[in-house]
Amino acid sequence: MILSRVVGEVVATHKHPTHESFKLLLVQKLDRAGETRGAPFVAVDVLDAGTGDTVLLTLNGWAAMTAVRSGPAPLDAAVIAIVDEVQWLDSEPAAPT
Amino acid sequence: MILARVVGNVVATRKDPRLEGKKLLLLQHVNPKGAGLERFVVALDTVGAGDRETVICVSGSSARMASGMKSTPVDTAVVGIVDGIGLLAGEE
Amino acid sequence: MRLARVIGNLCATVKDPQLKGRTLLLLQPLGPDGADAGSPLVAIDSVGAGAGETVYWSGRREACLAFDPPLPSDASVTGIVDTVSRSGA
Repeated sequence: MILSRVVGEVVATHKHPTHESFKLLLVQKLDRAGETRGAPFVAVDVLDAGTGDTVLLTLNGWAAMTAVRSGPAPLDAAVIAIVDEVQWLDSEPAAPT
Repeated sequence: MILARVVGNVVATRKDPRLEGKKLLLLQHVNPKGAGLERFVVALDTVGAGDRETVICVSGSSARMASGMKSTPVDTAVVGIVDGIGLLAGEE
Repeated sequence: MRLARVIGNLCATVKDPQLKGRTLLLLQPLGPDGADAGSPLVAIDSVGAGAGETVYWSGRREACLAFDPPLPSDASVTGIVDTVSRSGA
């Protein structure tokens, strides 16, 4: 699983039938310093995460389908937790907020 | 499976109910000599790994084969704590 | 799933028989600022997307599950994006 930040929401009226009931978030990976990195991508969410939240994502299809209690579906990313705090040991950089 | 070191913890109140009571560890990939690589991942702990320990981590759908993970939506799990690594002479 | 812009479609007479009748789209991936980034790729359409539209697509093994029965696809367009609301951008 990876840490990422919700940077926006995606609205798609016309989408795959297996995606109908899910909220779509635009998320971006976080680096060690808690900064967003790389191109944003789309993840499904059933935990009602909001923009600015740090979330734990799975990028595994089986885990994503399990997370949203879906049958076989073209899902490759899903939110599985909304992160309250990232505790780095030692003098690691500050946790993302 | 990859070698990693426990470098932190992730705390989440609102999460998939099947993750309740499970520990989420922040791992840094390491090479066999223990040097940290610039890759980080969050994994579910199934073995009681502690701070700074070197662990074995399994990813992908195989993570659900780890004990107690069968129906949880995880893709990365710590499945072992490394006691020591014996490297052949001359191996990096 | 990732965001992309439909920049064209593709015809292929000789192809896997399972792909017969399917629309092959040429996608341009979008980068952090919503501008084009990276090399175009080919994806199979499952939602009726058209040229110029912004879409999201599913990759890897899960791409084949956009179709019933599953098709040999590693990139499937699974949604047409109406809007993307972004914070601070």
